[in-house]
Amino acid sequence: MNGRRLLLMLLNQVSWLLFASVLIVFGILSPRFLDGANLVNILIQSSSLAIVATGMTFVLLTAGVDLSVGAIMFVAAAFAGKLMLAGFSLSTALIGMMSVGLVFGAVNGFLVTRLRIVAFIVTLAMLYLGRGLGLWITQTRAMNLPESFLHLGSSRILGVPIPLLLFTGTVAVAHWILARTPFGRQLYAIGQDAEAARKAGVHTRLWLFSVYVISGLCAALGGIVSLAQLGAVSPTFGQQREFSAIAAAVLGGTSLFGGRGKVFPGTVLGAVLIQMVENGLVILNANPYLYPLITSAIIFMAVLIDCARYELMARMNRRRIR
Amino acid sequence: MSPPALSVPVQRKGESSGEDLLILSQLNKSFFGNPVLKDVSLALGRGQTLGLVGENGAGKSTLMNILGGNFQADSGTMTLMGKPYAPRNPQDASARGIAFIHQELNLFGNLSIGENLFLTAFPRHRFYWGGSIDRRSLRKRTQALLERVGLDLAPDTLVSQLSPGERQLVEIAKALSIDAQLIIFDEPTTSLTVRECEHLFRLLRQLQSSGIAAVYISHVLQDVLQMSNRIAVLRDGQVVGEGPTGNFKIDRMVSLMVGRNLSQFYPEKQVQPSRDVVLEARRLSQSGIIADISFQLHRHEILGIGGLMGSGRTELARILFGLEPCEAGTLELLGKPLRRHGPRSRIKQGLAFLSENRRDEGLCPTASIRDNMALVSLEKHVGGPLGVLRQKRLDSVLKDMAKAVGLSARSQMTGAVNQLSGGNQQKIVLAKWLLNAPAVFILDEPTRGIDVGAKYEVYRLMVNLAAAGAGVILISSEVEELMGMCDRILVMANGEIHDELCRPHFDRERFLRAALMDPIQRVTSPSVDKGLPR
Repeated sequence: MNGRRLLLMLLNQVSWLLFASVLIVFGILSPRFLDGANLVNILIQSSSLAIVATGMTFVLLTAGVDLSVGAIMFVAAAFAGKLMLAGFSLSTALIGMMSVGLVFGAVNGFLVTRLRIVAFIVTLAMLYLGRGLGLWITQTRAMNLPESFLHLGSSRILGVPIPLLLFTGTVAVAHWILARTPFGRQLYAIGQDAEAARKAGVHTRLWLFSVYVISGLCAALGGIVSLAQLGAVSPTFGQQREFSAIAAAVLGGTSLFGGRGKVFPGTVLGAVLIQMVENGLVILNANPYLYPLITSAIIFMAVLIDCARYELMARMNRRRIR
Repeated sequence: MSPPALSVPVQRKGESSGEDLLILSQLNKSFFGNPVLKDVSLALGRGQTLGLVGENGAGKSTLMNILGGNFQADSGTMTLMGKPYAPRNPQDASARGIAFIHQELNLFGNLSIGENLFLTAFPRHRFYWGGSIDRRSLRKRTQALLERVGLDLAPDTLVSQLSPGERQLVEIAKALSIDAQLIIFDEPTTSLTVRECEHLFRLLRQLQSSGIAAVYISHVLQDVLQMSNRIAVLRDGQVVGEGPTGNFKIDRMVSLMVGRNLSQFYPEKQVQPSRDVVLEARRLSQSGIIADISFQLHRHEILGIGGLMGSGRTELARILFGLEPCEAGTLELLGKPLRRHGPRSRIKQGLAFLSENRRDEGLCPTASIRDNMALVSLEKHVGGPLGVLRQKRLDSVLKDMAKAVGLSARSQMTGAVNQLSGGNQQKIVLAKWLLNAPAVFILDEPTRGIDVGAKYEVYRLMVNLAAAGAGVILISSEVEELMGMCDRILVMANGEIHDELCRPHFDRERFLRAALMDPIQRVTSPSVDKGLPR
């Protein structure tokens, strides 16, 4: 009994343990990794992923999933590229991108809550739809954006790079919503037991809808940050982002079974962790064919830990009649 | 508030007056044509506690679910504080000051105590911070409620860390937070330790003296006598006795609950059990679930397992069939030991199991009758080097079996089973297992929710199976059914076998006493016993 409790405590702190061990391992392998400039660089590089994963956390909390975030990033970026090349201003392009996120999120939410289709299928369909739409808009060609967009990625406000500002801003607002508003707390109740939450008088349907809209908006914002850093839309833009976003959230302790997880420190920790591994491999000059293997190992580990924890908790809460 | 002048509807003992908080009058309710409540009329005064007793399936839960807004009555009226009361959902009920504390508590383990109490009514900051939750006020109000129920815990404690007794108190605090005038307790003591029970009772008395009324449902009759001012006994959906607690003794309650025999028919069983043992359980134990269960099942025997809900009967069946783990003990089927886990090898060795949860575990609801029936015995109908299914042979076997279980001829073998009535669905589950010619058939509540005709058909099939040489285990909440069908009845309580009754000497009172247990004997696991002050 006590052994189980100890194991559960360990599994609950596993995000920090992983984070620390990655930091230490790469630090030992390459002293350049722990360089102050490199660490800041890692933070800036992880902004986009962290923002997308924050939206994903909302969805995962309700025991849903959003596989369309990478596709939303791509469509939004392609749309913005077209707008800017047609001579529209930067701000119009940004508003256009956010609108794409809003529409995609709303469609996801509508299909999940009104037509009651499983989130996995809905968002998988939206993934293909978005990919196809994006390729059609770009004619499968890479599109270079004007300088003004790149400026967004490299300029600073009060000495802080804009991506980092968006990163911290999004996380702060999301954390506040989840921890301090009735909406946020009720999301946790829905994730634990949607039917019980409905019976207790929670607006289950509306809240579920909002969660997909939030995820869509975060995906679009993450797309903006990513685009501002790259300066170009390629046909693979945002590809497989959904999986690294889920991995980031789950590595940060969010449960795929719903009702459990935090944006801060959780998801932030997960996103930075993934970026650290990528950065570390580059510094070590590792074989590029190794990258997908390591990424898949991380995703696998994240899900494995989550399942182990869920199983353990279910066993500890098993009904006893004696 | 002036007591409104009311024409009080039919009262059994004209004792209650205009002071009534709640009046139930002529309530009727039936499910799928089976009446569950028949003309139930009750009244409850302010600050009074009504003890509601009755056997499993007597209609207590249905009645309380109507009161709590989970179901609507088919006919009849309710009056609460002089105004008509017809809740459409649980929120309606709580808006009118009725709180329902279910046996299975409705709390969210991943939220704190305070968040659970105020989930849909969080105190908020008015003018700043965008209307976010006012944590300080939440804590303060939670603290005040926890003090009222005597729970010495921080408001921020996660509910998943609480013991069952503490969760119960949180539920009561929740009732107080909506200013409940009436609190319904459904079996509040089942998962509590003795100390936690005492605490609960002390709290209930405090609530009574502060003018809050309660309905107290329990199988522990001693507690009911101790806690209530009035008692009502339900049997077969009717009120068969009602009055001040002083008029009742345990003996009277039990005999009222038992009543006379129902006019129900059971097919006659011609063959007596032989001496051959087909299934033997030796000292089966699983901590927290069952303890030290030993019994033998003989060829040609129908063995009943009875007991209250939560006594461990269903858990025992699931352990026998390998669906749940079992730490200690051995099981032998036809002299061969069974493996610890898993139904697959057991089915091969000749075990069959009809689950009490027909919809989720007994059938594949959208698959056809044919596919459902063939599921278990499919491997017996393959032939040729490639193991191809012999369709024609299978179809004729299925058709014969459909006739044998009395499946109505109108049903198409290719139609989906969820289109059928409960009775016909159950016949398909039976047919599925009978096709495998089981040596031992465990049936958990086989007649739940099916009509009388289908019930008889199920009984007939059980008797035939026993006559053909199998052993049958029948688990049921209905004592009538057990006494009508079985050669022997084991009575379970608290995960143990408490008594064994043999055919000519069936005695309903003895059965009920064994099932109810003396509350003093209540054994509790030490892991649950933590945390309550004094």
